[in-house]
Amino acid sequence: MKISFFVTCLGDMFYVNAGKAAVELLEHLGCEVDFPKAQTCCGQPAYNSGYHKETLEVAKHLVETFEDAEYVVGISGSCVYMIHEYVHLFEEGSEWQKRASKLKDKTYELTQFIVDVLDVEDVGASYEGVATYHTSCHMTRLLGVTEAPFRLLENVKGLQMIDLPNRHDCCGFGGTFSVKMSDISEQMVDEKVEHIEETKANLLLGADGSCLMNIGGRLSRNGSSVEVKHIAEILNSRGDL
Amino acid sequence: MPMHIGEKDFKKRVTKGLEDDFMRGAVRSAQGRLQDKRATAADELGDWEDWRTLGSEIRSHTIEHLDYYLHQLSEKVAELGGHVFFAETGEEANEYIQKVATEKEAKKIAKSKSMVTEEISMNEALEAIGCEVIETDLGEYILQIDDHDPPSHIVAPALHKNKEQIRDVFHEKLDYLKSEKPEELALFAREKLREEFLSADLGITGCNFAVAESGSFALVTNEGNARMVSALPKTQITVMGMERIVPGWEELDIVVSLLTRAAVGQKLTSYITALTGPKQLEEADGPEEFHLVIVDNGRSKILGTEFQEALHCIRCAACINVCPVYRHVGGHAYGSIYPGPIGAVLSPLLSDYDEYKELPYASSLCGACTEVCPVKIPLHEQLIMHRRKIVEDEKKSTLSERVVMRGFEQLVNSANLYRTATKMAPFLTTPFAKNQLITKGPGPLKHWTHARDFPQPANERFRDWFENRQKRGEKNA
Repeated sequence: MKISFFVTCLGDMFYVNAGKAAVELLEHLGCEVDFPKAQTCCGQPAYNSGYHKETLEVAKHLVETFEDAEYVVGISGSCVYMIHEYVHLFEEGSEWQKRASKLKDKTYELTQFIVDVLDVEDVGASYEGVATYHTSCHMTRLLGVTEAPFRLLENVKGLQMIDLPNRHDCCGFGGTFSVKMSDISEQMVDEKVEHIEETKANLLLGADGSCLMNIGGRLSRNGSSVEVKHIAEILNSRGDL
Repeated sequence: MPMHIGEKDFKKRVTKGLEDDFMRGAVRSAQGRLQDKRATAADELGDWEDWRTLGSEIRSHTIEHLDYYLHQLSEKVAELGGHVFFAETGEEANEYIQKVATEKEAKKIAKSKSMVTEEISMNEALEAIGCEVIETDLGEYILQIDDHDPPSHIVAPALHKNKEQIRDVFHEKLDYLKSEKPEELALFAREKLREEFLSADLGITGCNFAVAESGSFALVTNEGNARMVSALPKTQITVMGMERIVPGWEELDIVVSLLTRAAVGQKLTSYITALTGPKQLEEADGPEEFHLVIVDNGRSKILGTEFQEALHCIRCAACINVCPVYRHVGGHAYGSIYPGPIGAVLSPLLSDYDEYKELPYASSLCGACTEVCPVKIPLHEQLIMHRRKIVEDEKKSTLSERVVMRGFEQLVNSANLYRTATKMAPFLTTPFAKNQLITKGPGPLKHWTHARDFPQPANERFRDWFENRQKRGEKNA
């Protein structure tokens, strides 16, 4: 199976380990992975801020970059959902809309792809630790991926998973919301951090770099010892226990 | 604008909310309770998503044919001997209501809960002509005696107060001497209100749903006060927002079930009262005279726009009860009697962007509101549409934001420019970073780093790693 990997801009610049792990994991599962170099950002910052004309141009660029792929797999539920959203940006019935629709049908978030397409729930990973998982809003509510990450994590040897209280609550990132309404965003991330600490987990996992950057940034500022990792990093761990 | 509450400045309202620990505690615990009850009530049905679809279809059909159903309703009410007044604005509605009150020489007016009368500031209009208006919904009653504290929630208007605060208000204003137990507080209010019902000259109700086919009005309460307001006074006025209508009783059955389950997690509320016109010859009770005031006040200008779905709202407040922004800032911070996600969508539409330009941005777009809405209004998408309108039609975004977004577009549309910029990023951020962390960011980043660290961009980007690995031929190892 051939996969064109969508690393996302945050993944490219900040969460390099998540991208590396995802690529190695997919290869471990028998996929052939390429990286279309022209890829940039999904355009979500502009879209959510109301700059739809600008987003349209970004969408065209990404459609052109990925449309020849067999499958596109990304490491952020939110960015993958944005690609799915392109269909609604283009004029109804237009050629661009058809191209966006084709791309949508073959674009998946990493855990979704592993569980739904590869039909694998045990990736053979092992990792010693006590973890809790942050369900990101766009991935669960908009992309509709609710179970896949948990199925995969349940099968990681040595990993103890603890439920995060109020896990349905947003972490307060919200793109430009985090700087435009930073005082409200801070309260939201604080509440999330409180719940994470309640679990006594030493590891926070998630499938969206943006949420992890937000929660991780607050944990780091608080001097917390909770480690923050992208789910791909755990699923790609195969050390001896 | 009458629907505006509190300080003019959005930031000041937010700060006030964030600093109010009592309010935040009360809201947090109420939200928790209401969320759990709603989820249980929805699960009980087993096919909640099908119910939502049905609810959405009913609302969509009704609003598409609003002129037809309003005409049918008006005809029915007139047939039954009621008077119908269509008010284009809040002022027109108030003038009509004042006229009726004057004709009836009404001194005391008993009123059940109604958001549309808050929206048009009807109480103030009636007080201006010397009437005494008594709120009979317990929450509204508490706020009224607390020097007209504005509502902070559309179903539970006094949600921002805890029981100790309510006890103190009763004590200070009405010499209440008992405890903060909800039962004792409610009993006290009940005794006080009973006197008011019996001596009121005029009853005014809101309207949860008008039933077009029979000219009836359904009122949903847990206190039975709407029934008292409509049964005792000789004259009754019902005020409705023009979209609050269903075609018939079958549809009413469905939307009422959705409303009570979504709003308070109940199969049905204690009282669901349906009123049909004034007292008929063969009937024992009910008002002798009945007036219906249908309020437009900006609603018809929403019809046919990308915001039409906002008119599907059945005012259950489920979106408010799950909203994390509302939880932290409280209802008053929205500056509108319609707070939370639906308030952020509706307020700029019923008023304008000058007054409510910040509200569409007071959301992390987490979609919790969209997920719970019993009639499937895509609330977070409507907020994005507002943002788009502010940027593209109103041209009200800041110059700096426009410059940034233009730059963003150019950057991400050019693979080369993007590659160069991301390669430069770690070097450009070095002056601000320590141990790969930025703790005091420049420019807009300073808002982020006020409470959070920001990671420094990596020296070896993912794309560098991938390329190097390919070059080394490790991929197939």
